[in-house]
Amino acid sequence: MQKTFLGVPVVRPKVAFFELSSCEGCQLQLLNNEATLLDFLSLVEIVRFREGMKEAGDDYEIAFVEGSITRFDEEVQLKVIRERAKIVVALGSCACFGGVNQLKNRFNDLEWVKKEVYGSFPIETQEVKPLSAVIKVDLEIYGCPIKKEEVERIVTALVLGEQIHHPQYPVCMECKARENICLFDLGEPCLGPVTRAGCDAWCPSNRLGCWGCRGPAPEANLSQLQIIMAERGISQERMIDRLECFGGFGTFVDEVKGKKGEPR
Amino acid sequence: MKISCDIDIKHLTRVEGHGNIRIIIKDGMVKEARWEVVETPRFFEAILVGKHFENAPYLCGRICGICSIGHTLASIRAVENGFGIRPTPQTQRLRLLLKHMETLQSHILHVYFLVAPDYLGVGSVLPLTLSHPEVVQQALRLKLLANDICDEVGGRRLHPTRTVVGGFTMLPDRYRLGQFRQRLQASLADLTASVELFRSFTIPDFQLETEFVSLKGDGDYPFIGGDLISTDGVVKQEQEYAAMTNEYMADYSTSKLSRLSRKSLAVGALARINNNFAGLLPQARVIAEELGLVPVIHNPYMNVVAQLVECVQVVLESMQLIDDLLAEPWQDHRQPVEPREGIGVAAVEVPRGILYHCLHLDAAGRIVKADCVIPTSQNHANILHDIEELALFCATQRKSDKEIELLAEMLVRAYDPCISCSVH
Repeated sequence: MQKTFLGVPVVRPKVAFFELSSCEGCQLQLLNNEATLLDFLSLVEIVRFREGMKEAGDDYEIAFVEGSITRFDEEVQLKVIRERAKIVVALGSCACFGGVNQLKNRFNDLEWVKKEVYGSFPIETQEVKPLSAVIKVDLEIYGCPIKKEEVERIVTALVLGEQIHHPQYPVCMECKARENICLFDLGEPCLGPVTRAGCDAWCPSNRLGCWGCRGPAPEANLSQLQIIMAERGISQERMIDRLECFGGFGTFVDEVKGKKGEPR
Repeated sequence: MKISCDIDIKHLTRVEGHGNIRIIIKDGMVKEARWEVVETPRFFEAILVGKHFENAPYLCGRICGICSIGHTLASIRAVENGFGIRPTPQTQRLRLLLKHMETLQSHILHVYFLVAPDYLGVGSVLPLTLSHPEVVQQALRLKLLANDICDEVGGRRLHPTRTVVGGFTMLPDRYRLGQFRQRLQASLADLTASVELFRSFTIPDFQLETEFVSLKGDGDYPFIGGDLISTDGVVKQEQEYAAMTNEYMADYSTSKLSRLSRKSLAVGALARINNNFAGLLPQARVIAEELGLVPVIHNPYMNVVAQLVECVQVVLESMQLIDDLLAEPWQDHRQPVEPREGIGVAAVEVPRGILYHCLHLDAAGRIVKADCVIPTSQNHANILHDIEELALFCATQRKSDKEIELLAEMLVRAYDPCISCSVH
């Protein structure tokens, strides 16, 4: 069935989904918008979605890759995906920045990390990397989890060949627009002032301070954040917990921590 | 009679995470029968070390993209048990309501999107949108309802935002809770239709004596905390969880494995019904009996049917929970939290079975050591055992490779494995 948009025929691109080290939650988010799911599915032709379908095609134009790289075989797999796909999309914070997985890098001691979980049993792992450390990524969709509405907007733009724009301003703007009580006024730390918008202040609207899962806004004033936190009596530890949680603020965390890694 | 087959499934589809099935039968002899877990570990137990307790639910929820609410609630309970905090009745009710809706959401996803295509002879739910649109609509309605309630109570359906140690950051809207009560009532029609649909399927008949582990009911059907029980007669307290799980490693799996009285054990909906059948509400019990689900059931394929019965159970319980919540005005949503040194253990029934979180906390509330034992990791050894038995059974049958492959895939899917979760 030929789809049209404003009378112009729309080609349904062949789309494949892949997952590296992750909770697979971002892919599940795609199934979690029940009201628009069937419309969304009519926009693309899904040739591979291991979690949902048995068929698995290798002919695809757009590859959505969830998860970060934590083992060599994932690098190999990712390079193959890059060769086959016209557009590679990093789906979610793990793919964009390493996500919560990269918190193990903070120890700078993989042997200890392995021993803590597996004892003497041999297990293969490496420093966690985002996709962009191994291949060229064409588009990043931020968030832990991703916001389905944003994915639908981006995929629609991709299908129609439109430019894709991410907000330049921080979550704080969206939060103010929703007329929420400022989390700082409730005594809660929040990365809303520095985190890239686009989630419609998802967490602060539920009275949870922002943990920065979408990474820094291009206009973020990080040194000012330190001042705000200090003024509100929020410890550096709690600020760092949030800044380092998803990997998006990596260089700034190193600056604040002094690049030494964490003593245990 | 010459029976041979060579089945090599790399990265089984329609399950969460990465696992392989290998079955080789030559001239009626089983040469190989394996279930391999090849998922990459993410080292959550190491990641938590040194972190302040408020990180635990936030990070642990991210172990799993399907049962993030279960993990979040388990971590919260572990911290609260460690600090000696008892949640208020209101918080307990809200948490259970949230848990129930995750169970409904997850079970519906599993029975309709991951399992039903096998019984309807298709590769995914996609062709069903054309051939069986009413079935897909039923599934989407039920899933949407569960997810909407999770949004309202937990702030977000995946990786919840309002759930914190001590309670909730904010409370749901009372008017909307009342509306959800009506939608839950209406959803019973869709659930009845779901039961009818599954009654029309022929569930493979495959009996394997198994030890089933779950929370121990006391005339109820428990989901959060309490004693632990197995069908082989083992009973332990929540904090003795390690005696129930006995984790070990093996070369075929990056996930840890568990055993108790036998070589392997099983957890999940079937285990819960086998142990706590008496705690089912009358309406759910009648459906269980109609579907032939009277304990002890040793057919692993029946786990899917058990999940459907649980859908009915959690919807009925959720209506009661909303009634109870709306009968009283809101109390404080968040208790004060005073850290203290200690070990906190939580046992929570999540969709795929019993989940344990154990946190060692220091006097400042920082995590010194963490241990998470996942339902699917407890099931892995049993899945392997079942695959071995299935191979032996198939070696005596005249079945095509395709039939054996499908039976093996359906067997693993019946457990609803959450493999990334099991490796974490």
